[in-house]
Amino acid sequence: MNRILAKRQLSDEVFLMKIEAPLIAQERQPGQFIILQLDTDFGERIPLTIADADPEEGSITIIFQTVGNTSHRLAAMETGDAIENLLGPLGHPTDIRKYGKVVCVGGGIGVAPLHPIAKAMKEAGNEVTIIIGARNRKLVIFEEEMGRIADKLIVCTDDGSYGRKALVTGPLKEVCETWNPDLAVAIGPPIMMKFCAETTRPFGVHTLVSLNTIMIDGTGMCGGCRVTVGGETKFVCVDGPEFDGHLVDFDNMMLRLGTYTREEEADHHACHLDLALEEDHGNA
Amino acid sequence: MHDLKHLDAEAKKLMMELEGKTLKPRERAAIPPQEMPAQDAQKRIGNMNEVARGYTEAQVRLESMRCLQCKNAPCIKGCPVEIDIPRFIKHAEDGKFAESLAVIKESSLLPAICGRVCPQETQCQEFCTVGKMLKDVNKAVSIGRIERYVADVELHGGNPIMPEVASPTGKRVAIVGSGPAGITAAADIRKAGHEVTIFEAFHKPGGVMVYGIPEFRLPKAIVEYEINNLKQMGVEIKTNFLVGRTRKLRDLIDKDGYNAVFIGSGAGLPKFMHIEGENLIGVLSANEYLTRSNLMKAYNREHAHTPIFVSRVVGVLGGGNVAMDAARTAVRLGAEKVYVVYRRTEKEMPARVEEVAHAKEEGVEFLLLQSPKRILGNEKQQVRAMEVLSYKLGEPDDSGRRRPIAIEGSERELPVDTVIVSIGNDSNPLLEKTTEGLATNKWGNIIINDDCSTSIDRIYAGGDIVLGAATVILAMGQGRKAAASINALLASESGD
Ligand SMILES: Cc1cc2nc3c(=O)[nH]c(=O)nc-3n(C[C@H](O)[C@H](O)[C@H](O)COP(=O)(O)OP(=O)(O)OC[C@H]3O[C@@H](n4cnc5c(N)ncnc54)[C@H](O)[C@@H]3O)c2cc1C
Ligand SMILES: Cc1cc2nc3c(=O)[nH]c(=O)nc-3n(C[C@H](O)[C@H](O)[C@H](O)COP(=O)(O)OP(=O)(O)OC[C@H]3O[C@@H](n4cnc5c(N)ncnc54)[C@H](O)[C@@H]3O)c2cc1C
Ligand code: SF4
Ligand code: SF4
Ligand code: FES
Repeated sequence: MNRILAKRQLSDEVFLMKIEAPLIAQERQPGQFIILQLDTDFGERIPLTIADADPEEGSITIIFQTVGNTSHRLAAMETGDAIENLLGPLGHPTDIRKYGKVVCVGGGIGVAPLHPIAKAMKEAGNEVTIIIGARNRKLVIFEEEMGRIADKLIVCTDDGSYGRKALVTGPLKEVCETWNPDLAVAIGPPIMMKFCAETTRPFGVHTLVSLNTIMIDGTGMCGGCRVTVGGETKFVCVDGPEFDGHLVDFDNMMLRLGTYTREEEADHHACHLDLALEEDHGNA
Repeated sequence: MHDLKHLDAEAKKLMMELEGKTLKPRERAAIPPQEMPAQDAQKRIGNMNEVARGYTEAQVRLESMRCLQCKNAPCIKGCPVEIDIPRFIKHAEDGKFAESLAVIKESSLLPAICGRVCPQETQCQEFCTVGKMLKDVNKAVSIGRIERYVADVELHGGNPIMPEVASPTGKRVAIVGSGPAGITAAADIRKAGHEVTIFEAFHKPGGVMVYGIPEFRLPKAIVEYEINNLKQMGVEIKTNFLVGRTRKLRDLIDKDGYNAVFIGSGAGLPKFMHIEGENLIGVLSANEYLTRSNLMKAYNREHAHTPIFVSRVVGVLGGGNVAMDAARTAVRLGAEKVYVVYRRTEKEMPARVEEVAHAKEEGVEFLLLQSPKRILGNEKQQVRAMEVLSYKLGEPDDSGRRRPIAIEGSERELPVDTVIVSIGNDSNPLLEKTTEGLATNKWGNIIINDDCSTSIDRIYAGGDIVLGAATVILAMGQGRKAAASINALLASESGD
């Protein structure tokens, strides 16, 4: 049984959950993810990164943003509830070793999947600069945790309500100019990763990005997660989720993410109606 | 034509005339082959219910009378698990359905499933004497349909025959994958008294039988019934467990104390054509399309949370069972037009004859001797058309099928908004990649010895992961064989 051991709301739309999953906690490595499903008959399977794990306690931590039906329903669950289906750890682990100087860039919810990677990079003896960005102050997450890892931490917001008023690509460019990093890791919305890759390209800094395509099985069986990398088709769930950002066809990937937008919106709408109805009943 | 009442009435009439008579072989062969009652094509495209409804009692007995009870029984050698066909058919002719099923169960664990999905015309029925006499394999005795009938009698409230489980041996066996190979191996190993755990990556057991083959061809309740029988025998099933990731294959033996492992992980890696436009929006593998519809129940738009691509005009690439399933699913999900685009002719199509016929009745259009050169998109990278090239048949190739040759300059645009790629599956490389020393061939299939053992001690394999995309009955046959080897190995070690 995958019980929820703890739940914390990090911002309006972002939640942290610690879930009982002893085997996954033992085997997981930075960069890997799980797929969960809330009900066996009709639920959707959604991928989420393992943000942290505690093998002794037998737990993993996920951090997620409420975007559609499943993430909203997950956010409505409480400590003690069980998640029906949880599969993992999936994907190729990050290649953690001593590169020298590593700059880690996290945008929005992307800071969560970045956390275990940054931590492992630091533990492997790298010097680590971390840039975290969010739309506004309320959406900044994991600042404290990242601060503990980073040799240098830069926080910025789009609207300037906290930290520097900038997009992450601003400080990233400066870091490339002045610090000469050996590796960049960028995780966040596809558009952010695309521009991070464009920013590092002229400096020749190898750049890893972690792709969040649509998935079903997460085991290489369906091909729904495929992307074009360097002109070749790759499956994100088994070949990735990390790829060389300079080779990814982000435009195609972003369009493909919208494949089901119309249907998802209808479902999301229905789910909000359900939740609203439940609240009504709760109040009655 | 396929109306159940009408077919039943005809069969009853004929039964009255024939019952009690001693029939000569010629008279038996003269009995008209019994048509399979089916849902009306216009109605069935609006639902997911099973298309073929199964024989009535009068029909199954008549069809059984067509069997000549050949002494040498050539049909048996066409069946991969060598069911004693004449013997089970004789019981069915006499209306002794439980006895008939008992004969089948001596060799096959999943008759209700094989009776439905076996490509009989290229297996048991291909060799049938009656078919040979009538010079048409489709007029052979319908062995599969009779098998299905007697198996369904048990499903519909007969007394299930529970296999006996020997007393506990204290040995434990792990099975990777819950498709037909894994299910069969699990049952046979459990019968010998060993503890058995099946590890399945998906949230539901059954393999391709639940995620690939659609409800309208194989009702999921039948697969569930078989899975429940396994559980009742004491087989433990752990879903959401990906061997290789959740636990390494070797660790099952080295750390978790299993005495042997059987791998039945299937051939789940969709092939693509590697042509231009393959990653446009609206290009899907059949695996994705069918998994969304079957396993995730996306066809049930009211309840399911998993969306499915809404299509108007669909091009399905390929000519096998997978292509037929994808095309017929698209019809049911409301596509206005569905094309199957295949490089060769209907004769070479690997799909079962019955599925092709059903697809045609449902309005699927076959574009034969044609193949896409590239897929064209609009400014939003959504599929708008396929550029198809015509072919002609040349000399036979290694497989004995005539090789298609492109006709230069024959390109034309076929407007479609969805392309479903159904050109087959390769082996999923996950286990190979995460297990040092597991020998595979150049297609990624696990290499086995005669007794189904692999290059690693105590690890056996069978089914699609060994054969490449094959059939349910072949997977089952290998599951049996591997189980026998594992049982022998464990017996040889319990010498205390
Ligand atoms: C390897 C991987 C790791 C991920 N890790 C995290 C994580 O740690 N935290 C987190 O919050 N999210 C993560 N995601 C994204 C997460 O899977 C999606 O947000 C989730 O599937 C949405 O499900 P839903 O049912 O709530 O929304 P849906 O109703 O399915 O979708 C709502 C909207 O989001 C779009 N959408 C659907 N799937 C995705 C997707 N995979 N990515 C982006 N947009 C999508 C839809 O087109 C739709 O417009 C990860 C994705 C991948 C592939
Ligand atoms: C759409 C479609 C239609 C078909 N129609 C027919 C037909 O009409 N007649 C016919 O005879 N055959 C048909 N086939 C072929 C037939 O289904 C297969 O040959 C058969 O299912 C193979 O059985 P299997 O046990 O080897 O593997 P599968 O049925 O593929 O089962 C393998 C199982 O293992 C699981 N798995 C894989 N890797 C791991 C892992 N590492 N850890 C844990 N679990 C794992 C998978 O999730 C899956 O559930 C069809 C196939 C498809 C795709
Ligand atoms: S299992 Fe398949 S091949 Fe064997 S007799 Fe039955 S239908 Fe024929
Ligand atoms: S070959 Fe045909 S007629 Fe002869 S025993 Fe087999 S099924 Fe009956
Ligand atoms: S999610 Fe199905 S192949 Fe990657």
